[in-house]
Amino acid sequence: MKKVITAVMALALFAGAAAGCGTGSGQEAKSAEAESSRTVSTDGSTSMEKVIGLLSEAYMEANSGVKVTYNPTGSSAGIQAVSEGRCDIGLASRDLKEDEAENLDGTVVAIDGIGMIVNPENPVEDLSIEQIGKIYTGEISNWADLGGNDAPIVCIGREAASGTRDGFEEVTGTKDACNYAQELTSTGDVIQTVSGNPNAIGYASVAALNDSVKALDIEGVAPTADTIQSGAYKIQRNFVLVTKKDTPLSEEAQAFFDFVTGGEADDLITEAGAVPIKR
Amino acid sequence: MDKMRRMGKRVETGMGALFFLCGVLTILFVALITVFLLASGIPAIQKIGLFDFLLGSVWASTAAEPSYGILPFLLTSVYGTFGAILAGTPIGLLCAVFLAKMAPEKAGTAVRGAVDLLAGIPSVVYGLVGMIVVVPFVRDAFGLPDGANLLSAIVVLAVMILPSVISVSETVLRAVPKEYEEASLALGATWTETVFGVVVPAAKSGIATAVILGVGRAVGEAMAVMMVSGNVANMPKLFGSVRFLTTAVASEMSYSSGLQRQVLFSIALVLFLFILAVNLILNLIVRRGERNE
Repeated sequence: MKKVITAVMALALFAGAAAGCGTGSGQEAKSAEAESSRTVSTDGSTSMEKVIGLLSEAYMEANSGVKVTYNPTGSSAGIQAVSEGRCDIGLASRDLKEDEAENLDGTVVAIDGIGMIVNPENPVEDLSIEQIGKIYTGEISNWADLGGNDAPIVCIGREAASGTRDGFEEVTGTKDACNYAQELTSTGDVIQTVSGNPNAIGYASVAALNDSVKALDIEGVAPTADTIQSGAYKIQRNFVLVTKKDTPLSEEAQAFFDFVTGGEADDLITEAGAVPIKR
Repeated sequence: MDKMRRMGKRVETGMGALFFLCGVLTILFVALITVFLLASGIPAIQKIGLFDFLLGSVWASTAAEPSYGILPFLLTSVYGTFGAILAGTPIGLLCAVFLAKMAPEKAGTAVRGAVDLLAGIPSVVYGLVGMIVVVPFVRDAFGLPDGANLLSAIVVLAVMILPSVISVSETVLRAVPKEYEEASLALGATWTETVFGVVVPAAKSGIATAVILGVGRAVGEAMAVMMVSGNVANMPKLFGSVRFLTTAVASEMSYSSGLQRQVLFSIALVLFLFILAVNLILNLIVRRGERNE
């Protein structure tokens, strides 16, 4: 008998809690609707955090009363969010795939160079994209083959869903073929690991690089703002704003979109470590 | 007077109801989590097939033709936990013996303080120290190109389970009746013989509890092992980069979508069942221990 009572109580409580949740979120939705005219919501790539953070800060300062929100969920999640209408602008650190481009528009807002980094002790200075591809697929496994020391190459990469990894594998033609020694979950981890292992090679956003690692030249071109913008530095990817084709943006979202893509925000993009597109 | 007594009674019933409510809440949380995990974890398993899911040895969640076999994670978690227990239990048990039966008061206080401190260190700190100290050490000591591997994870996990093994073992060792020791000593056994021939065997079910608690801790650890194990979905090798069940969920969750995300929930479900089994074994041992007394 006691057990039955307990069970009933638990059930009743559960139902109550569920009902409570329902009404709660309903109210939230209503207030969000009322506020949405003043809010621009963005959702997507974690790699774009710095860029979008600086841009929205500057925009909110210039336009008081408008709020720009950013939800760091990852490129694919951001694209999905905008296609389901859960945000105004989706953020992707890769170009749209064919099926995604059917209903969505992608507007490139900035370019991000992906730097190939090695330990400062490593004598190797320059690699070709082909060599990098061979390193990561395991065809070249010793630094001696590349003019370096006689030591095994340790390939450091990012986790499977990372935008940086996607961009890197796309450019080097190593999609799903990489033979990683470590798959780390953040840019900082990659830099830390490469700086601690004399035989390691890794990739990370050029914006994030520091003196603890050495950025390699790619086919004779060093990763700088100029070479990335002109396309001479080959390992790079686009930062893309994703919008719906059939539904127009709200007034506020359109204003923010124009601000970001119109060229006046280029200095901010540079400040955030990315490279503005050529106009 | 009568009024006051009635008031008191009302407060009493009210408080009783409050405590009952808190109890029910706990059950509710467990029930919620179970229902949620089952509901979100089972669809992907149905889609992939239980056999391919549990025994598939290739994990390529974002490939053009994705493959969702979690055998590498399962085995890594089992080997990693087993290794940590193998390395951590002797140290922990001997430390508990020292604390319970042999330590002079001052040394005991110092060691106990250190153990408590060890228990309180956040796992990300274990990971950080592992990444900066253990990984390079393993690399140099074994002449490997890279030190982020199963062995490094085992070393870190072995240290992490020490506090639970030590504190539980110490408690059960202290609970062994003094008469046992006295009888053994009276028969002419030395102190060491008494401790290891009488006290430790008498406390064996409690020590098993301590070990199982350690297993629970090791299986569930994510942050620290993520930072030292290399995190590549290989079949486990002592000197190879590996990924655990916990880190498989943690490292892809933030980016995942579609079936990939559902599979991560399925992995979480497997992990949950793992822990559930560990707890059941724990209960069984404790109950049998009680019956023996």
